[in-house]
Amino acid sequence: MGPNYSHNTMRHPHTRPLRRLGAAWPWALLLCAAAQAQTTNPQQGEQIANNGLPPTVASCASCHGAKGQGMAAFPPLAGQGTSYLRSQLDAFADGSRGNPIMAPIAKGLTSQQRADVVAYFASLPSGIAATPGQADAKDKGAWLVERGRMRDGIPACARCHGPGGAGVGEHFPAIAKLSASYMQAQIDAWKKGSRPPGPLGLMEGIAKKLSSDDVNAIAQYYAGALGAAKP
Amino acid sequence: MDYQRPNHVETPEEQARVQRSEWQYLKIFVVVVVAIVLVAAISFGMQVNKSMGELAKERPAAAPAQTAQKPATAPASPTPATAAADAAKPAPAAATPATSAAKAPAAASTAAFAPPAADAIPDGPMGDVIRRGEQIFLHTSTQAKAFVGNTLNCVNCHLDAGRAAHSAPLWGAYTQYPAYRSKTKSVDTFSERLRGCFMYSMNGKAPPPGDEVLVALEAYAYWMSKGAPVGEKLPGASYPKLAKPAQAPDYARGQKVFNAQCALCHGDDGQGQRSGDVQVFPPLWGKQSYNWGAGMHEVDKAAGFIQANMPLGKGHTLSDQDAWDVATYINSHERPQDPRFTGNIADTRKRFHDSAFSLYGQTVNGQQLGQGTQ
Repeated sequence: MGPNYSHNTMRHPHTRPLRRLGAAWPWALLLCAAAQAQTTNPQQGEQIANNGLPPTVASCASCHGAKGQGMAAFPPLAGQGTSYLRSQLDAFADGSRGNPIMAPIAKGLTSQQRADVVAYFASLPSGIAATPGQADAKDKGAWLVERGRMRDGIPACARCHGPGGAGVGEHFPAIAKLSASYMQAQIDAWKKGSRPPGPLGLMEGIAKKLSSDDVNAIAQYYAGALGAAKP
Repeated sequence: MDYQRPNHVETPEEQARVQRSEWQYLKIFVVVVVAIVLVAAISFGMQVNKSMGELAKERPAAAPAQTAQKPATAPASPTPATAAADAAKPAPAAATPATSAAKAPAAASTAAFAPPAADAIPDGPMGDVIRRGEQIFLHTSTQAKAFVGNTLNCVNCHLDAGRAAHSAPLWGAYTQYPAYRSKTKSVDTFSERLRGCFMYSMNGKAPPPGDEVLVALEAYAYWMSKGAPVGEKLPGASYPKLAKPAQAPDYARGQKVFNAQCALCHGDDGQGQRSGDVQVFPPLWGKQSYNWGAGMHEVDKAAGFIQANMPLGKGHTLSDQDAWDVATYINSHERPQDPRFTGNIADTRKRFHDSAFSLYGQTVNGQQLGQGTQ
């Protein structure tokens, strides 16, 4: 586009704006369209993930682990869907997901920086195997994960979060490595309305039907299943 | 404009003045161009919507409403699971508005049959076979691989491992057999009915009579039906029969419902989603879905299932109209050929799909349905 434009100008030094515009306006429209679609730079995202943006934005790695694998109550980010990660980061920034640690960090990132960080973490392997589990009448967590409790309108966790709790696609995050305390905090947040309901409000609706005993059993089952799967 | 005069040599001042005035035109020009582009884009979008709406009206998608005008014909196509007039059958004078969003799951369902607790399968040799049936039901495409030709599992349409009311539960079907079925024109046993599931819904092949797979599934259904009265149509059996929609079911409206309510899990292309080797969300059309001979390809059955059960965990939230529309959209896509295909779509329609609820052989978006998938 550029060369074509200057070529015309050189051939016709007296070309007037209208005529020049005649050649350029389709390109101008294209430029506008390109500006709409945000291109992401995972390398830039990795920089921010590892170093933060001193002094306001702490590095992601300091809490979520060097490779986004999660630490203690800080959830893993590696391999989560782009849409999921982005919607959460935006929710922290606009306050719809209330979190005193994440709010200033998310607010400290521009839209482009958020997109870059998200692209980086989405590109990392989650390290969770999508291995189907087995319901066990003696294990409440196993039963809820694999079969749910449909009489109370609770579908099996695996129905949406996939085999092994490894997550499915863009919108259903991996939940297998979440700590019991993080899981419980999210369920409570949905119950209180301090976390957005999520796509179609599916998880908010289910959260309202889960007891803390249920949540603990689910987290224990996933921890056990993963522990058994990995040496 | 004098600057267009031939043989006139412009002075630099003139050129500058003219260029200034042209910048004025340029500004107007840009505004006009933007306006034209906007108007064009909007009107193009409206035209697309409109033409799709018109297509939908011409198509048989609108037909269910026509037949619904004479509801007597509806029971002529029996539900695959029970051949039962459903307990939730609407009153004949179905003049109720279709927008029954968030309606309570019909009074009948409060008295739905309660099967034994899911975790109460007994130990011992009988229990082992019941459990085997349960596993086949949950993981059909891996546990009964030889007889399955797609990536579906029984549980995709019979929720909660075949236990959920209004989702054609096994306890609602088991006690209805043997039964005469117009689909086969013979009295079928429950086991024979199961063979049909494999041929049509699973797009596979029927297990031979007495096959271990059939025995296990029958044992599972038998166990689940403990205490259910034989030959009685239980509340919550089969799929609910929805009242006639206020407006003729429409492809374009259905597509909007699909995109808003279904695509999250089933994908924009309706092909579901996988994780590892597991099909987590089932494909709703295409070569990995149920074929043209399956009960679910009939719009009324799909609409009843969808209204009562979808989106999963939010059953009974779509309006009846939305359910009719989205069922029409889903079943207006190509899927594997009916195994009874005679070699001619029109003939096959006449013989097996002579129902306003079947889109087989009808033309949608310029394509005749019933070609099958390769």
